[in-house]
Amino acid sequence: MIAFGQFTEVLLGGLLAGFLYSLVALGFVLIFKASGVFNFAQGAMVLLAGLALVRSLDFLVAKGFPYWIAVVIALLFAAAIMALTAWVIERFVLGPLVNQDGLTLFMATIGATFIIEGAAQMAFGSDVYPLRLFPTDAIFMFENTFPGGILVNKLDLWGAAIAAVLVAGLAVFFQYTKTGRALRAVADDHAAAQSVGIPISWIWFVVWLVAGLVALVAATVWGTKLSVQFSITFLALKALPVLIIGGFTSVPGAVIGGLLIGAGEKIAEAYLGPYIGGGIEYWFAYVLALLVLLVRPQGMFGERIIERV
Amino acid sequence: MIRKTLAVAAFAVGAMAVAAPAMAQNEQFLPSLVYRTGAYAPNGIPFANGVADYWTLINERDGGINGVKIVFEECETGYATDKGVECYERLKGKGPTGAGYFSPLSTGITFALTEKVPGDKIPLLTLGYGRSESRDGSVFPWNFVLLGSYWTAADVAIQHIAKEMGGFDKLKGKKISLVYHDSPYGKEPIPALEARAKKDGFEFKAIPVTHPGVEQKSQWLAIRQDRPDYVLLWGWGVMNSTSIKEAAAVAYPRDKMIGVWWSGAEPDVTPAGDQATGYKALLLQHPAGKFGVHGELEKHVISKGKGAAKDDFAHVLYNRGVLNSMLGVEAIRTAQKKFGNKPMTGEQVRWGFENLNLTAERIKELGFEGMLKPIKLSCQDHQGADEARLHQWTGKEWKIISDFYTADRSILDPMVKDTAAKYAADKKIAPRDCAKES
Repeated sequence: MIAFGQFTEVLLGGLLAGFLYSLVALGFVLIFKASGVFNFAQGAMVLLAGLALVRSLDFLVAKGFPYWIAVVIALLFAAAIMALTAWVIERFVLGPLVNQDGLTLFMATIGATFIIEGAAQMAFGSDVYPLRLFPTDAIFMFENTFPGGILVNKLDLWGAAIAAVLVAGLAVFFQYTKTGRALRAVADDHAAAQSVGIPISWIWFVVWLVAGLVALVAATVWGTKLSVQFSITFLALKALPVLIIGGFTSVPGAVIGGLLIGAGEKIAEAYLGPYIGGGIEYWFAYVLALLVLLVRPQGMFGERIIERV
Repeated sequence: MIRKTLAVAAFAVGAMAVAAPAMAQNEQFLPSLVYRTGAYAPNGIPFANGVADYWTLINERDGGINGVKIVFEECETGYATDKGVECYERLKGKGPTGAGYFSPLSTGITFALTEKVPGDKIPLLTLGYGRSESRDGSVFPWNFVLLGSYWTAADVAIQHIAKEMGGFDKLKGKKISLVYHDSPYGKEPIPALEARAKKDGFEFKAIPVTHPGVEQKSQWLAIRQDRPDYVLLWGWGVMNSTSIKEAAAVAYPRDKMIGVWWSGAEPDVTPAGDQATGYKALLLQHPAGKFGVHGELEKHVISKGKGAAKDDFAHVLYNRGVLNSMLGVEAIRTAQKKFGNKPMTGEQVRWGFENLNLTAERIKELGFEGMLKPIKLSCQDHQGADEARLHQWTGKEWKIISDFYTADRSILDPMVKDTAAKYAADKKIAPRDCAKES
């Protein structure tokens, strides 16, 4: 019973961590789905959003603003920063590259990553900035069934709830709104979308803005978990295997991929790690992703790529 | 009139051009490998600020080291070994005599540079980090693991645990886990802890955390299940505060955690808020707070707007940076006594380090009383001290909670000797005969 309780705890912890990974993966999916660009800068955008939020929040609190009013203003400020970033990227990076192939756009986002990371630290600082928007204490479930109970962190539950709301909202946005359908049309073919009157620069601005707002949401959760600091950018690397599993174009796939990666890597670390030296969860996530690639190259939920010649 | 003015200006520029190299000949170039950006910046910045401010103090107050002005240049490594080596290659030849010494502030970079410095004849000052066996100056003539190695730290941590438990005999059958940064730095204490586990009969488990250390849930769930009596923390940067937060999440008592001296500074505890209260860490002798030297820094550097320090003034890592620079400057000063008051080469600075002898009087005179115990190095001993103590985070500040412990050299010296001998054999190094060196 103890062993089963321990397994359940690791599994549950992994699944909840998976929700947090999917929060970051969603930003990638959004941009890929709407523009066909793999946005390497998504991790840097989480950092920028987090820094803008926490630094403005600290400033407002120091000026004597009531905490929750300060939070609202800081969120608005961070959203404005993300809107400005979206505009700059569209205007100076992607706009001039319309109709270039995906690899060129991908390389452009790598350049954008380093610029955003540097500019964010220069503007807002490179220290560790604590953010406390959600409760972080633990709760113990099933204490009567398992000795010591099953430990669950409240922050992880908040992260899961937020991810669920985001997925639902984005699914509705893509399926049922005019802008959402236009985004998908642009993703299929930039030139064709332009030819039927879809304003591509506006669409790209919108999608980068939405991805920026998703990055802000991710920053609120991850910033509470880790404090806002540079290492948040490494989340991009955690999102990559999630995307490979879930598919680059599927919003629900980002969540399912996150759950599989979260649970898989934690179980591997807990039960396989001790036999092979430990510290395996980072690369084990990629083992899982490669296994999926071998069977379904488009990911479990990605759109099947059929090219007729 | 215009022509005359231009002629005077041209003469002045020409005179400056002639004078500049002459002045540059009396400058001591000191490189500073820093990380002010990236994952480890919160810990790298205060150290770099302390290093810079002490050098500025020497220039501003004394006009340099015995009249030799310090010229320093920072190079951003991001705590990455490849960038560290790149910085080393770029800076090693600067100044009239080349770099006086390097302080990489990274065990990984230290491992890489240990292979290079013998060829370039430049000492490596690794204050409380680097290769533990580099204490043996006969095999590692260019490495100076001053004040304490990770083996010193591991030994002192176990001594403190034994004291808290009521004696070494109480360690038998107990569980002690090490949560470590999965890098050369984090792995360094493992041999010393294994040696102590064998001697004292406790069960030792090493738990790696992958760089940068933001994901530790699995490790701490394993700790919750295994319930070790103590957890030692060998982290750096964000890994430290994440460990403390995860410990709190699994309700592991923070006062049963002991961090190494690189896991015991303000950036390690403040992000964790109240969850860090009770957490303990080793001190590389000096604590946070102001001592004699801080008054001098405030008077000659900070108040003149020439300081690098911001909110980190007199914090743990700032003070360590100040200490790091002071030890380097005193090594140069020692070398100048033998070679003359001029810029020193790396080889001469090495002589200075090997003959460094800071007495209590000299330490007081320098304004470091309370931060440092007397230290004396030699050709054979490149560490010079074996003492460490502990402090504990109260939720607001660090409070010293122990006297100095002295690492057990009966355990560590044979390890140093064997490991250094193995290194010498692997690298085909003929150890120096220190008995014959002056």
